[in-house]
Amino acid sequence: MSMIAEILISALLVIGGLFGVIGSYGLVKLPDQMTRLHAPTKAATLGVGGVLLASLAWFAFFGEHPSWHELLITLFLFVTAPITGLMIAKSHMHLSWHADELPDCGEDQNWATYGASAERSLVGNGTENDSTDRDMRE
Amino acid sequence: MIEYALYFAFCCFGLGLLFCLYRILFAPGVSDRILALDTMTVNMIAVIALFGILHDTTMYFEIMMLLAMVGFVSTVAYAKFILRGDVIE
Repeated sequence: MSMIAEILISALLVIGGLFGVIGSYGLVKLPDQMTRLHAPTKAATLGVGGVLLASLAWFAFFGEHPSWHELLITLFLFVTAPITGLMIAKSHMHLSWHADELPDCGEDQNWATYGASAERSLVGNGTENDSTDRDMRE
Repeated sequence: MIEYALYFAFCCFGLGLLFCLYRILFAPGVSDRILALDTMTVNMIAVIALFGILHDTTMYFEIMMLLAMVGFVSTVAYAKFILRGDVIE
């Protein structure tokens, strides 16, 4: 029983560590900002989740009493990672991209984060067309 | 066996922290720095959890929880600040 627990905890630690280092290496290695966003928000969060599960198993098998505290942190991290990713992606879009450089979103609307008050609409070809479009929509 | 796995995980997350530090120092944009700082917080939580296993104590739970919350709030506040020039409108 103790042997199985040791193998389980060691495997969780090694897998978590590998995921963590891969996620952080992706932050250095990947070519541009939007792809770089993928590595830490997914891989590194998963690595930390693995380590916290190992900690949970360690205290359940070898500690004085089992505790579910680590699961709470894991859940908190898993809930907040997408929100962090969304905020960073949004700030990057507004900082370094113009509204008409973005890919077409396929509908008769602008990207939601640029809203109705974006300086140029994505639909239509010329500027005159754009302004009438926008006036009609407003 | 757990001890070796623990030291391996320590090395992994230490290396991850160094990668984050590199990205903070040589970042092409501000949002990259925010992302690197957020990853640094997450890696630090893992290091503290490993430290708790190594010393066989549950004392570090509160530190991890506080670091997770403060890291999340500060990341969102920083992103919001460079997005709008203001944190709370």
